[in-house]
Amino acid sequence: MSRSLLLLVGLFLTLSAIAGTEQFEFETSEQEARFINLSTELRCLVCQNQSLADSNAGLAQDLRQEVYKLLKKGQTNEQIVDFLVSRYGDFVLYDPPLKLATFVLWFGPLVILISIGVVVFGMIKKQSTKTVTELSEQQRDKLEQILSQHADSGKK
Amino acid sequence: MSRFLPISIFIALAILLFVGLSKDPKQIPSPLIGKPVPEFQLSLLDDPQRKEDHTIFNQHITLVNVWATWCASCRAEHKQLLQLAKQGVRIIGLDYKDERSSALAWLNNLGNPYVMTLFDPDGRASIDWGVYGTPETFIVDQSGIIRYKHIGPISKQDVEQVILPLIRELQI
Repeated sequence: MSRSLLLLVGLFLTLSAIAGTEQFEFETSEQEARFINLSTELRCLVCQNQSLADSNAGLAQDLRQEVYKLLKKGQTNEQIVDFLVSRYGDFVLYDPPLKLATFVLWFGPLVILISIGVVVFGMIKKQSTKTVTELSEQQRDKLEQILSQHADSGKK
Repeated sequence: MSRFLPISIFIALAILLFVGLSKDPKQIPSPLIGKPVPEFQLSLLDDPQRKEDHTIFNQHITLVNVWATWCASCRAEHKQLLQLAKQGVRIIGLDYKDERSSALAWLNNLGNPYVMTLFDPDGRASIDWGVYGTPETFIVDQSGIIRYKHIGPISKQDVEQVILPLIRELQI
């Protein structure tokens, strides 16, 4: 019973992995895994926050077909990704390559983090080394006077 | 100095985010700029028997306009194309994922700015052009190199400020 339930859940999971209604047949499960991997790593250019696997847009369907065909032809993942990048640019990649144009994207957060760290560290340091000014004799007397006054008024 | 630090960080962030807001994420730079037009073999919209390839770009400066009858903004830019054609710009249409009959009817009704229209019903050739939405417009120079890509409908402003100046520049 629980085994058939598991199978059922598994079936729905695989169905939802790739949007759309196309059927793709694969010779090996390794090929299928590569296909699913590729289509989740590539961005649909029409609805930009969806991967090729998630999107139902016409172009996403066409590009899934294209990825499928290239895979069947025996191309490597790299060749397939190059095929798309040479047409649509790095934007199709959810994992952008490290180059001059993407430098800020890659290191911006780190730079911001470090500068925040430096500022916070500076503030803490400043706080802890604040010099405590000693009270003069007169001031101390005055303080004691005030305190005792308050203590008296508290008793009343 | 440190008193102004939080406010200056805030201002810098605000500027950054504001600039980000005004940018259109649909405008993806094309890696095809500066590259030769992709190879293709497409039949013509009005003559299924006649096939054309990239040699149609030889010796001419050409505007390539990707359009479809199901694309509303293509209708919006159509009069700009007619105007450009009237000014002597050579425009080749690329009819993307369309029905032949409705495309022919469209040209009949709205006027035909294209010297020829390539017919790409399954959109396969357009993938090689990096097309991801219609309308898209390319400028191809005399040696078949893609010089410019415009995404979305072209406006009168685009024509006057970008397209015509670039064509004039290429003519020299």
